[in-house]
Amino acid sequence: MPKLSMAEVENIAHLARLKLTEDEKRLFQEQLSSILRYVEMLNTLDTAGVPPTTSALPLDNVMRPDEAHAGLSPADALLNAPDTAAGSFRVKQILP
Amino acid sequence: MTTYEAIIGMEVHIELQTQSKMFCACPASFFGAAPNINTCPTCLALPGALPVINRQAVAYTALTGLALNCRIHRRNVFARKNYFYPDLPKGYQISQYELPLCTDGALDITVAGAGKTVGITRVHLEEDTGKLTHVSGGSLVDLNRAGVPLMEIVSEPDIRSAAEAYAYVSQLRQIVRYLGVSSGDMEKGAMRCEVNLSLKPVDSEVWGTKVEVKNLNSFRAVRNAITWEIARQTETLNAGGQVEQVTMGWDETRGRTVVQRSKEDAHDYRYFPEPDLPPLNLDPVRIDELADSLPELPAAKAARYRATWQLSAQDAALLTEHRDRAEYFEAAVAAGADTISARAAANWMTGEIFRRLNESGIAVADIKFPPADFARLIALVETGKINRQAGKDVLAGMWQFGAQPDAIVAAKGLKQISDSGAIEKIVTQVIAENPDPAAQFRAGKEKVIGFLVGQVMRHSRGKANPKLAEAALRRKLAS
Repeated sequence: MPKLSMAEVENIAHLARLKLTEDEKRLFQEQLSSILRYVEMLNTLDTAGVPPTTSALPLDNVMRPDEAHAGLSPADALLNAPDTAAGSFRVKQILP
Repeated sequence: MTTYEAIIGMEVHIELQTQSKMFCACPASFFGAAPNINTCPTCLALPGALPVINRQAVAYTALTGLALNCRIHRRNVFARKNYFYPDLPKGYQISQYELPLCTDGALDITVAGAGKTVGITRVHLEEDTGKLTHVSGGSLVDLNRAGVPLMEIVSEPDIRSAAEAYAYVSQLRQIVRYLGVSSGDMEKGAMRCEVNLSLKPVDSEVWGTKVEVKNLNSFRAVRNAITWEIARQTETLNAGGQVEQVTMGWDETRGRTVVQRSKEDAHDYRYFPEPDLPPLNLDPVRIDELADSLPELPAAKAARYRATWQLSAQDAALLTEHRDRAEYFEAAVAAGADTISARAAANWMTGEIFRRLNESGIAVADIKFPPADFARLIALVETGKINRQAGKDVLAGMWQFGAQPDAIVAAKGLKQISDSGAIEKIVTQVIAENPDPAAQFRAGKEKVIGFLVGQVMRHSRGKANPKLAEAALRRKLAS
């Protein structure tokens, strides 16, 4: 696995809504590439007989009955909100 | 000028009518509720809160898949669809990606009397997002709807016109209503449509650039957006231009599509398996049970009405439009099996009962009399005990008070006069009081008989058997 390109790092930063300095971009380019190289070791294993694994938990079919219970009060729900108005979270204008 | 054909695929999102949300126990009702009244740490995405799958939502989606002739997959995996938007507090939506619950189905639709099959690519389960209200100086976020179970039905690009798309969506809605899995109310957002549309020259197999139109929240919007896009793309191509790959929205006020996103800023969702949810591995016995619980669907019902009772295609379609109405009708036919014809029951049902239901806005379940009483009323008219007009009056009484038809007939003295002596007497009187019309009839003016029968009905206060009255009049006037 070659090193991630600068454009890839910038795209990942954009998707994560992170604003990186040029130094940070170079730092993360190294670190992300190193993580990918580490995970890539898995490719050296023969997994021909192993079914695809989507969960490491020894569980399946964990479901609950369809019963409704009251949750938080609206006041509690909004307790951590940076800004509120009319019983709602208020965020920066999002164009419809 | 090249002639183009439209290639249309649809994605329909349908809100499931469960009691609780998809991954937490908050009430799933949101329409008209005060903002943020149904939230908890899970649907607010507070750190450490974990999702648990709603069993009923899985059953409803599998049931829909079965009704759409899909393969139901035992092994299902939920996936994270990552994007940032304020209506999505987690920063991702839990959906299904590589391993959806249902695939490879088909829905037979009818367009202007002709049949057509639309392939169903997949039916999967996900969670809805919250609601944004844009105000000056910001946007307000209400998370009551965040996490409500949402089913997405994706069709193959088998649809060719606005009329076919309209038929497809309305028949999907009818099916989810029959199954009881969703209200299907588009005006309340319980059903939302997206259209993928491209054009191809009729004599070519090469499809043009695909344009996506989102947020079609009414049947009319579906039809109008497709008509608009076909015209817009045809015009662009014929003018030598190129169709851009874009995501559009429908502007209801201006009646046109508007660009929302171009290909350059298309989303990169980075799906991956949801680590907080173990996979589903459904019990095949449970899937078989669901298949056995499928109700008779509207198309099959309508076909049966036509084959068994010789009803017209139009009546069969009307009667089967809503499951509760169809079942009430069937119960009345069964109750009156020995006394009334299905056709008579169909006439009363589509006429008087539908009119009253539509005018009052009440549900079939709130009709105050059982189907057996309705059958009895029809029998009273069919056997001539009361005349048709009296039958309608009796029905009015039943509708208002739930009283039994025989009791109303007795109380109002509506029993039809079929005694020939009594009718003879009234006929003699009517002829004596109306010498001119009587003379005109004798002179060959056939139409006057209607007037004279009317006079007999008036004298008997509507109770005379009109057929016997006419026969007696003719006999008297001929002598």
